[in-house]
Amino acid sequence: MKNPQLNKNGELIHLLSTEGLPKDILTHILDTAANFASINDREVKKLPLLRGKTVFNLFFENSTRTRTTFEIAATRLSADVMNLDIARSSASKGESLLDTIANLAAMAADIFVVRHSESGAPYLIAQHLPPHIHVVNAGDGRHAHPTQGLLDMLTIRHYKKDFSNLTVAIVGDVLHSRVARSDIHALTTLGCAEVRVVGPKTLVPSDMAALGVRVCHSLQEGITGADVVIMLRLQNERMSGALLPSSHEFFKSYGLTQEKLQWAKSDAIVMHPGPINRGVEIDSAVVDGVQSVILPQVSFGIAVRMAVMSIVAANEGDAA
Amino acid sequence: MNAEQLYADLRDGLEPWRSSTTQWVGIASGGAWMAERLQQDWGLDKIGVISSSMHRDDYLRRGNKTTKPGASRPESTDLPFDVTGSHIVLLDDVLYTGRTIRAVLNELFDYGRPASVRLAVLVDRGGRELPLQADFAAQKIQMSPSESLRLIRMDDGTFSFETK
Repeated sequence: MKNPQLNKNGELIHLLSTEGLPKDILTHILDTAANFASINDREVKKLPLLRGKTVFNLFFENSTRTRTTFEIAATRLSADVMNLDIARSSASKGESLLDTIANLAAMAADIFVVRHSESGAPYLIAQHLPPHIHVVNAGDGRHAHPTQGLLDMLTIRHYKKDFSNLTVAIVGDVLHSRVARSDIHALTTLGCAEVRVVGPKTLVPSDMAALGVRVCHSLQEGITGADVVIMLRLQNERMSGALLPSSHEFFKSYGLTQEKLQWAKSDAIVMHPGPINRGVEIDSAVVDGVQSVILPQVSFGIAVRMAVMSIVAANEGDAA
Repeated sequence: MNAEQLYADLRDGLEPWRSSTTQWVGIASGGAWMAERLQQDWGLDKIGVISSSMHRDDYLRRGNKTTKPGASRPESTDLPFDVTGSHIVLLDDVLYTGRTIRAVLNELFDYGRPASVRLAVLVDRGGRELPLQADFAAQKIQMSPSESLRLIRMDDGTFSFETK
C-alpha cells in the first residue's frame, strides 16, 4: 500500500506517524533540526524559508506546549500562523471535519498542524486536501505524536550520539501513550539496540512485544543498565475503569526516584514529554536533577518542528 | 586551471588585507577549506564558516543539500566572534550567479552588523545574475552555463578543480 506520507519520489509531504518512515528520512529530519537548533545563537532568530506561507494550527483537543512550540517554529521560519480554537467554533455548530478543512483550504492554507482526539483524523484530512497542502500530525488519539517522537530522538542523539549501543526504557502508562508508539517506531527504525516498555499489565498492551520491544512489568528489571529512561505521564483523563488501584500505588511501584534511578547507567538521561505530574510518575528531585533533560527536550521540539515544516513545504504532493 | 597555484596567488594577493581586525570567513564548503588553509599558512587565531542554505532563494522550489535525504549532513554557520563591528573577508571557491553570495550576506546579517564585508574568490567564472562583484579574484574566465566548476579537496589536503 502506498505510504500517504510520501510522494511518488519518496519525499516527505505529510508527517502523520513515525511508523513506516524510512531511516534516511528520519535522519534527514534530525540533521536539519540540529542545524535549526543553533538559530538561538543568532541576533535575528528568524529565517525566511516559509515566508508567504500560512500555517493553520487546528487543535481539536487541548494542548498548550505543543501548539505554542509549533507556533514558535512556524514564526521563526517567517510563516503566518493562524490558531483556530476549533472546539469552540464550527465543530460545535455541527460542521463536519472535512467541511471545516475544505473551508480552511479555501483560505489559502499551506500547512495544517492537526491535533485530534480520534486516531487517524490527520490521515483523513491529508487524503482530502489538494497536493500543495501539507499535514503535520500534532497528536491523534492513542495513535501517534510524531514530532514528539522525533524531538525525543534528537534529544537522545544529542546526548548519546549513536543509537546502535543504546538501551532505552519507556516507563509508565504505555497503553494511552501516543508518544510511546512514536518513540518505539523511531527507535527501532534508527537501529536502537534495545527498547523496553515498562509498566503494570493493565497499562502495557499485550501486543507490544510484536513491535520488537522487551516488555517488563518491574521497574527495576526495566531500567537496569538503561542509557535513556523516558517517563510517561499517567493520563488520568483517559483512564476509564479500574486500571490502577491509585496514583499513590502507581508511584510506589513505577514512580522514578533518585534512588531507583541508580539502577540505570550512571550517565543515563531522564526524559518526559510533559506535562509532568510530580510525585505521580516521577519524583521532583529527579525532574530537577542533573540527569534530567526534560527542559532541553522542549527546546529541541522547536527545532524539530521547524525542520518538519520546512521539509514538507519543500516537497510537492502527487496530483490525483 | 591549477587550483594550488590559484590558491597561492590568492594568499599572496590577500596579504595586504591582513590585520588584527580582519575576520576570515569561508563559505561552505569550498571557501571553508580555503579559510582552513589560510589559518594554517598564516597561523590565524580563529576563522569562521558560513552556510548559504538557510537563505537560498531556491530552498522551497527545489530543495537543496540541506533538504534532500541522503545528502551529506548540512553545513552550518559557525562565527566564533562578534559580527557587529567586524571587518569581514568572505572566501569562496567559484563566483558565478551571485545567488550564493546574496544568501550568505543575509545569513551574515542575522548575526549582527559588520563594519565592512569584502569578497575574495579563486575563480570568477562570469555569468552573474545579480549586481555583485568580488573584491579579489585570483583568476577571471568566461565559462558557458552548461559547464560546471567546483573545488575539491584531496585526501592530502591539496586543492583541485572538478569540471564537467
